[in-house]
Amino acid sequence: MEIWMSIAVGILFAVAVYLILSRSLLRIILGTSILTHAVHMLLMTMSGLKTGAPPLLGEESGSYVDPLPQALILTSIVINFGVTAFFFVLAYRSYLRLKTDDMEEVKRKGGQ
Amino acid sequence: MANNLLIFPLLIPLVAAVLQIFGRSHIRFQRIVGAISMLLCVGIAVVLVGEVHMSGIQILPMGGWVAPYGIVLVADMFAALLVLTSSILGAVCLFYAFASIGEEREKHHFYPFFQFLLVGVNGSFLTGDLFNLFVCFEVMLISSYALIVLGGTKRQLRETLKYILINIVSSSLFVATMAYLYAATGTLNMAHLSERITEVGQNGILSVIALMLLTVFSLKAGLFLFYWLPGPYTSPPTVVTAIFAALLTKVGLYAIMRTFTLIFYQDMGFVYTLIGWLGIVTMILGVIGAIAYREVNRILAYNVIAGVGLIAFGLATANRAGLEGAIFYMLHDMIIKALLFMLAGIMIGAAGTARLQQMSGLIKRIPLTGWMFFVSALALAGVPPLSGFVGKLLIVQGGFERGWYTLTILSLLTSLVMLYSVMRIFMLGFWGKERPLADEQKEIPDEVYREWITEAGNPSLLPDASENVLDHRWGTFRPKALMASASVLFVLVIAIGLGAGWIQTYIAEAASVLVQPAVYVQAILGGG
Repeated sequence: MEIWMSIAVGILFAVAVYLILSRSLLRIILGTSILTHAVHMLLMTMSGLKTGAPPLLGEESGSYVDPLPQALILTSIVINFGVTAFFFVLAYRSYLRLKTDDMEEVKRKGGQ
Repeated sequence: MANNLLIFPLLIPLVAAVLQIFGRSHIRFQRIVGAISMLLCVGIAVVLVGEVHMSGIQILPMGGWVAPYGIVLVADMFAALLVLTSSILGAVCLFYAFASIGEEREKHHFYPFFQFLLVGVNGSFLTGDLFNLFVCFEVMLISSYALIVLGGTKRQLRETLKYILINIVSSSLFVATMAYLYAATGTLNMAHLSERITEVGQNGILSVIALMLLTVFSLKAGLFLFYWLPGPYTSPPTVVTAIFAALLTKVGLYAIMRTFTLIFYQDMGFVYTLIGWLGIVTMILGVIGAIAYREVNRILAYNVIAGVGLIAFGLATANRAGLEGAIFYMLHDMIIKALLFMLAGIMIGAAGTARLQQMSGLIKRIPLTGWMFFVSALALAGVPPLSGFVGKLLIVQGGFERGWYTLTILSLLTSLVMLYSVMRIFMLGFWGKERPLADEQKEIPDEVYREWITEAGNPSLLPDASENVLDHRWGTFRPKALMASASVLFVLVIAIGLGAGWIQTYIAEAASVLVQPAVYVQAILGGG
C-alpha cells in the first residue's frame, strides 16, 4: 500500500510542478494546491498507514494509529486553505488591474 | 518549571490585532492599541531576558502537556535576545508608520497585519517544536503577503504574486521535509530530535533531510537563494520594507542556526563547509547587486542579502567566537537595516524620488538625516566605536580559528564594498547641487523613461511610469516624527557599540547554549 501511495504522491508532485511552471496564473494556483495536497499525502504515507484501531479511549486494541500526523495534516490543510484563498483573490485583483493572467504579460506590465 | 511569561510575546500582539480588526473605523483606537501592545512586548521581553540570565533556559509546555508529547515554548538567551530586538524594532517601526503610512492603509487593516507579523516572528523565535515553527512561519508570511500588497499598485501586485508563489513552494518543501524527518526519527520536538539523532548518529538519510531543511530555510532567509528578495522588498512603503529587512530574513537565519547547532551538529564537516561557502557567495553576489543599482531602496535590499551571507559565514565557523560573532552581528544587522531603510525613506520623501541620478544636495534640506545616514553607514561596515564592529571582529576571529583564511579575507573585502555602496548613496544623495523637489512630477515623462530603459537594458528593472512611483507619498510624510523614530534606533546603534562589553556577557551566554546543545535538551526533557 505504501508503494502505491508513494507512486501517487510522485505523480501529484509531477503534475504540480508542470502546472506551476506554466504561464497562466490560474494553472499556477491550481499547481500550488496540488503540490500541498501531494505533501499531505506524503506526510500521511511517511508516518505509516493505518495499522491499528483509532486512538480513542474505550477502543480495546493491541495497537493504535499514530494520531500526530493527522493533526499535522489538518493544521497544514487549514493554512493552505487560507493561503490559496488569498492567492485567488490576489490573482483576481491583478487580473482586474493588469488585464491579463499570463505571467509573461504580468512581468511586462507590472514593470512599466 | 513552567514560565507563563513565554506566551505573552505571542498573545499580546494577537489580542491587539483582534481588537484592531473590530475597531476598524477608529484609527486613533487602532494606533493606541498597537502602541500599547508593542511597548508591553518590549517590557516583557526585557523581563524575559533578565529571567533567562538569572535562572537559565525558561520553558512553557502548552496546555500542560510536557515535552516531547506537547508543544513547548522555549526561551534560551539567543531566542530571548531576538524577541527583545524584534519587539523594539516593532515598536519603533509602528511609530514610524504613524507618521508615514497614511489614512487609506490605516483604514484597510495595516495595523492588525503588522501585529500578526510580530506574532509570527516572536512565535518562530520562541517555539521548541519544528511543526510549530512551520505554523509560526506561515502566520508571519501570510501577514507579510498582505503588507506587501496593501495599496495595490501594479508593481506591488506583480511582486506579491512572485513572493507568494516562492513561499508556498518552500513551505510545501518544509512540510515534506518534516514528513521525512518524522518517518526517520518519530518526533518533531527539537530537543527530542537532538537527543534521538545523537543516539543513532547522523546517517545518510538524516544528512539528506538536513540539506532539505537548509534549502527551505535558505529560501526564507535569502541565503544564496535570494533572487526573489529585491523585488518584494522594494515595492511596499518604506516602513514595511524596514520591518521586513529587519525581521523576515533573520527568522530564516534563526531557524538555520537553531537546527544546525541543536539538531544536525554531528556531521560538522560537510554541511558547515557548505553553509560557509553559501554565505561567502551570497555576500559577494549581494554586494555586486548593491553597486549595480542606482535606486536607494534597491541598494539597501542587496545590502540585506550581503548581511545574511556574513551571519551565515559566522555560523559556519561553528566555534565559539564565530557563533558569538554571528549572534552579535545578527542583532546589530536587524537594527541597522531597519534604521537605514527608515533614513532612506526620509531621503526619498524629501527628494521626491528614489533614483540617485535625480537626487543631490539633500544635506541642505535634511542635514540631520544626512549625518545620521553617514554614521549608520559606518556602523554597517563595522567601524570601531559603533555596533557592527564587535560582531564582525568575532566572526573574523572565528574564521581564522577555523583555518578559513581566504574566505575570511574575502568576507572583509566584501564588507568594504558594502561600505562603498552605502557611501555612494550618501555622496550622490546628500552632496552636490541642491535640486528642486521632484515631488510634483507624478508621472515620469516619456523621454526620461526611454532614457532609463536604454540605460538599464531591461524595462522590468524600472519602476512604474504610469503610477505614483513612491507609494509612500501616497500616505503622509512628516519628517520630524519620522526622524524621532529613527533616532531611537540610532541611539541604540551607538549604545550597543559603546556598551559592547556589557552586552557581550549576554551574547556569550546565548552562544554557550548553541555550542552545548545538551544544555538545551536537558532543560526541556529534564535529563532525558
